[in-house]
Amino acid sequence: MAAASAVVLLSRIQFGFVMSFHIIFPAFTIGLASWLAFTAGMYLKTQRVLWRELYLFWLKIFAISFGLGVVSGIVMSFQFGTNWAELSARAGNILGPLLAYEVMTAFFLEGTFLGVMLFGWRRVSPRLHFFATCMVALGTLISTFWILAANSWMQTPAGYEIRDGVFYASDWLAVIFNPSFPYRLVHMTLAAFITTCFVIGGISATYLLRNRHREAAEVMLKLAISFAAITVPLQIIAGDLHGLSVHEHQPAKLAAIEGHWESTPGGAPLVLFGWPDQDAERNRMEVSVPKLGSLIITHTLDGEIKALKEFPREDRPPVAPVFFAFRVMVGIGILMLSLVVWSAWRWRTGKLFGSKLTLRAWMLMTPAGFIAVLAGWYTTEIGRQPYVIYGLMRTTQAASAVDAGSVITSLVAFGAVYLFIFTAGTWYLLKLLRKGPQPVSEHLLHPQSNAHRPMSLADEEPKGR
Amino acid sequence: MATHTILPVIWFGIIAFGVFMYVLMDGFVLGIGVLAPFAEDDAQLDQMMNTAAPIWDGNETWLVLGGAGLLAAFPKAYAIMLSGLYLPVLLMLIALVLRGVSFEFRFKAETSKYLWGRCFAIGSIAAAFAQGVMLGAIVEGMPLQSGKYLGGAFAWFSPFSMLTGTAVVFGYALLGSTWLIMKTDKGLQNVAFTLTRPLVAVVVAFMGLVSAWLPFLSSQIMQRWFENKNFLWLSPVPLLALANAYLLWRAVMRRAEWAPFLLALSFFGLGFVGLMLGIWPNVLPPNLSIWDAAAAPSSQRFTMVGALLALPATLGYTWWSYSVFRGKVTADSGYH
Repeated sequence: MAAASAVVLLSRIQFGFVMSFHIIFPAFTIGLASWLAFTAGMYLKTQRVLWRELYLFWLKIFAISFGLGVVSGIVMSFQFGTNWAELSARAGNILGPLLAYEVMTAFFLEGTFLGVMLFGWRRVSPRLHFFATCMVALGTLISTFWILAANSWMQTPAGYEIRDGVFYASDWLAVIFNPSFPYRLVHMTLAAFITTCFVIGGISATYLLRNRHREAAEVMLKLAISFAAITVPLQIIAGDLHGLSVHEHQPAKLAAIEGHWESTPGGAPLVLFGWPDQDAERNRMEVSVPKLGSLIITHTLDGEIKALKEFPREDRPPVAPVFFAFRVMVGIGILMLSLVVWSAWRWRTGKLFGSKLTLRAWMLMTPAGFIAVLAGWYTTEIGRQPYVIYGLMRTTQAASAVDAGSVITSLVAFGAVYLFIFTAGTWYLLKLLRKGPQPVSEHLLHPQSNAHRPMSLADEEPKGR
Repeated sequence: MATHTILPVIWFGIIAFGVFMYVLMDGFVLGIGVLAPFAEDDAQLDQMMNTAAPIWDGNETWLVLGGAGLLAAFPKAYAIMLSGLYLPVLLMLIALVLRGVSFEFRFKAETSKYLWGRCFAIGSIAAAFAQGVMLGAIVEGMPLQSGKYLGGAFAWFSPFSMLTGTAVVFGYALLGSTWLIMKTDKGLQNVAFTLTRPLVAVVVAFMGLVSAWLPFLSSQIMQRWFENKNFLWLSPVPLLALANAYLLWRAVMRRAEWAPFLLALSFFGLGFVGLMLGIWPNVLPPNLSIWDAAAAPSSQRFTMVGALLALPATLGYTWWSYSVFRGKVTADSGYH
């Protein structure tokens, strides 16, 4: 039995690691694909060369990030079988079709049009090339839809029946549009867009601080501020609604998020800080505001929040990681909102680009979205423990009957290889960022005359890779 | 026939088609990687990789379809196969990661360019070998006892799986070399012709060896081919394969440009048909049939709607993207 629980633990560590590695890239490329479609569309509309330069610059960044996302994504699609065979065997009826739909409707679209997007600029008309970019962007969004449907179903299962321990779909619409799915889809899609937005804003601010690529950087920073001014407040509303859904469907997760141990009739406090102690069943060094917890979660002063002690010990998630990850995510959200409000104010008073402080803040916030996305996923994934399918199947029942040695081998191998490619990828990305957007030569602006010429990559300037 | 009888048959067809598409389309890209060490210089390796750069990602997606399709249609087979072949699957994934990033990084690198050339070659060879080992282990059989696979972490290791591993490396190399004949000219095309001649001989020999050995490893395959005059009915497959091999050899000798690649594809097709004939009606030999492993009819039906709509569209735009990049990739077409 000890060996089996070691396999579960090792498999969880591995899944957490390869998933965390993977999510960084889609979290960036979902927004980046739409940003590329935007710049391509703006160029078609305005013929302003700047848009073409920006397209070609971010296209190279996209190629590297997307490539890392693809190779780490293939690992994910086999991981369910190698390490979570019991989950696959018992829930394959439901998870399999959702993942298959993702491949059939999204991955082929992305993978195929990506080639035209990266290398086809001289071979197809600008409109067709714009179309290819839009297809890649659409593919990333369709992919988000299906993978979140699968994840959300595991969080809030619906439309199923269980016979002999195996899950069967009884209503596919209910499976896909399960209770947490709409909130998660909006929350994650916004998160991806905001992540990209802060990268673009942060890079632009860095250029402005170094007095390089001024024209491009000013345009991009203004766009980033405008976009964030819409999406960050929306995200806070979406997050709040998502919280209400967690309250309804995953009360133990919510209690862990809130660090809420004791049931408090007449309104739960909001724990601002503390150190949750799983064994002692309380928070050390707690700082809390009475009744505010109920107000936020139930939107009433005396709404009831189920407390951790109302769940048997073995049904509680690990409280501290959920509690802290949530606070990291929310903290970054608040920082983002403050920066956007501040920047909008500076912009209105005409002091945006003169303010080193504002630009430095944007520069520092470049990776903020990634950290918030990771923290958000840790909140939701650790928060649903000890279940892999909430309330129905425990994580300990989900693992494969493989030996610990195999899993240690794979964990070490993924660790080493991912570290290697992450270092290299970051290095090449930094190289591209340091170089910045480059002037585009004249013949690339009017490529149509050369469309359909025989294959020769000699002057194929949008090299992408 | 009842839907729960016929649906698994259709799904077996869809997944076999997906796997076959993967073998052909990533087969030649992995083959380019296997042949990377034979590039005479950096420029030639650039040229080799450029022939596949715009399409490799879409090609590799067929593997993901195979995985997700198997989970959707035959979840039990997916679970047992992947956990039972844990280490070969791991090798394949790690190798594909290295191969994939090499495409991205090599054209960005300057001083470390050689490193990504190496990773491209090693990743491709290891991925091909791992796939061959998995193939060998599967056709040799993964016996189940009351629904559980009892083989240990190294049960896949056998002389036969080592043979199929090696055979797939050479098989992909043949796909790669004939692809290069079709897509390149001058120096690199000459290299590809020189490599293709011995590769044809070696691959035909491997195919013969595997075909001759397999019936002795699996009584089911022996029965399928040699009982009840079955061989008479099935004999067109090996006979066509022989004729195909001959035509392939001729095409290479007369320095045809397109025929070698197309004949290599059809040769793989016949080999694949031969294997499927031996496996059928199991999805995981020797005792997990497509009906035992099938997902619920509601799941197979739901996914099939998507497959019938999406896969023809996929084939359509894949065709289109190949036509965008049609024609030769020449030697003076470096990126930098």
